[in-house]
Amino acid sequence: MTQLALVIDLNVCVGCHACVTSCKQWNTSGASGSLMDDNPYGKDPTGTFFNRVQTFEVGTFPNTETIHFPKSCLHCEDPPCVPVCPTGASYKREEDGIVLVDYDKCIGCGYCAWACPYGMRELDEDQKVMKKCTLCVDRIYDEALPESERKPACVLACPTSARLFGDVHDPESEASLAITERGGYPLMPEWGTQPANHYLPRRKTEIKVHEDELTRVDNPLKKDGHLPKTDPNEPFLEDNTSW
Amino acid sequence: MNPAFSVIFLTTLIGTGQGLFLALITAEAFSHMGALPVQDNAFYSTGSIVSLGLLVAGLTASFFHLGHPERAWRSAAMWRTSWLSREVIALPAFMGIVFVYGLLHYLNWNPTVFGTAALPETSLTLLVGIIGIVLCFALFICTGMIYACLKFLQEWHTPLTPINYTLFGMSSGFMLATAYATQYSAEVTGLFGTWAIILTVLALITRGASLMRNKRIKHRSTLSTAIGVRHSNIQQKSQGTMGGSYNTREFFHGKAAVFIKSVKWIFLILVFPIPLLLMSMGLSDNTAILLILAFAIQYVGLLAERWFFFAQANHPQNLYYQTI
Repeated sequence: MTQLALVIDLNVCVGCHACVTSCKQWNTSGASGSLMDDNPYGKDPTGTFFNRVQTFEVGTFPNTETIHFPKSCLHCEDPPCVPVCPTGASYKREEDGIVLVDYDKCIGCGYCAWACPYGMRELDEDQKVMKKCTLCVDRIYDEALPESERKPACVLACPTSARLFGDVHDPESEASLAITERGGYPLMPEWGTQPANHYLPRRKTEIKVHEDELTRVDNPLKKDGHLPKTDPNEPFLEDNTSW
Repeated sequence: MNPAFSVIFLTTLIGTGQGLFLALITAEAFSHMGALPVQDNAFYSTGSIVSLGLLVAGLTASFFHLGHPERAWRSAAMWRTSWLSREVIALPAFMGIVFVYGLLHYLNWNPTVFGTAALPETSLTLLVGIIGIVLCFALFICTGMIYACLKFLQEWHTPLTPINYTLFGMSSGFMLATAYATQYSAEVTGLFGTWAIILTVLALITRGASLMRNKRIKHRSTLSTAIGVRHSNIQQKSQGTMGGSYNTREFFHGKAAVFIKSVKWIFLILVFPIPLLLMSMGLSDNTAILLILAFAIQYVGLLAERWFFFAQANHPQNLYYQTI
């Protein structure tokens, strides 16, 4: 079974929001119609986004660390939003594990958004249906695109390659290898939703310098062939013994 | 959560309608057993119309919660997994039974369905009423489970949620039935009033228990598990938007803590002591106005109770929306 997902590397995300704008551009131009954009240049701009980048500060000043945290649907393997849907508009695809909403069946009751602990679903207040990340399902299978571009818009936009896309059930995929080798973790594991998307942790770049690397173990004098000379102030053999 | 008035009216109105129907069938069962004098058919048919009216009003209110009410018929599809879907089936089924029950009484068509030496005679209306009781409780359970089944909304994820929905619906229904029965018979008024008092006291116990439970609730999700960083001091600096989003509008009530606390005390006073006092005063001298007032005040209190029920629930997604 295939489970497509994103693996997001918090270590390299710089919080530029390129994935957010790229996602919005692609998905607002899609067949399902535009994503709500209310008052985009006004005082209180608001709208529907599939992807957002949030910023957190960890630690106490001056020992703080800034974490830019891209947040989109995690395409859970046991998605709590799907069984609660009364119409069956929310579903998880068998073939690739993508969680989708059928916008023509959705009645806009908002129950699935209540049932998502992550708040990844947003109701489009213009179309009055629930919207969420589709993993660019209208893009990743599009054979009109060159193969290198059959990836979600956010992945292509990321300037630091913080977003990896692939099948997390295939142990050899780039995404799976990143999870296993670089400590990928799911969000809120306490609810048993088994998110398919994983995050790679921040890692401090440190060089471990051992003490023996700073002081040479080999005696340089010995190496250069100079024999040690006795200190003139130290006692001389003749001072201690007499014939 | 941000309380939606459509859902507040839905749950309180259908609860009262269900309770009223239960009261009617209680009276019929009691008079069938000879514990009460037999009532006119008009008592049952008019009562059924009032109950049906409340159910229709509740259903109408629920449509205001939908983005696409014209597609509401689709929502019966996923009854295998969704409590909301089950409610969508149970509510019209129950409305149909209430309609049939009222109609049978209105037409005075009440043949004996079965009866043997061992079993007491059962009339058609009583049989329909018993089916109605089953559907009524199924509907109470569906309504409550819509909230109780969401395990990470820890304030709601308790058996007390459906129990409270049931007891509140029954108490307000019996209060209304008591006021209604003053037009017909003092014995029925006394029966309904006694049950209204018992149910209100039971609701006080179970709602008190859920308030106590929620007061000391420990939320399992923290900012640390939300973003997966193991640190005790994490602060949000930006939520990725400045003008708010659906997530900030749907999941935050935006009211001060003192407002929430006053709503709690308002509902605790309006739902329990005042109606209980008015009910016992009204029953002692059979004054209709006191009984009507008891029902009306408790209903207003229940609106506050439901508002508080929603506002108190703290969704874990709020961890991601702490600051602009």
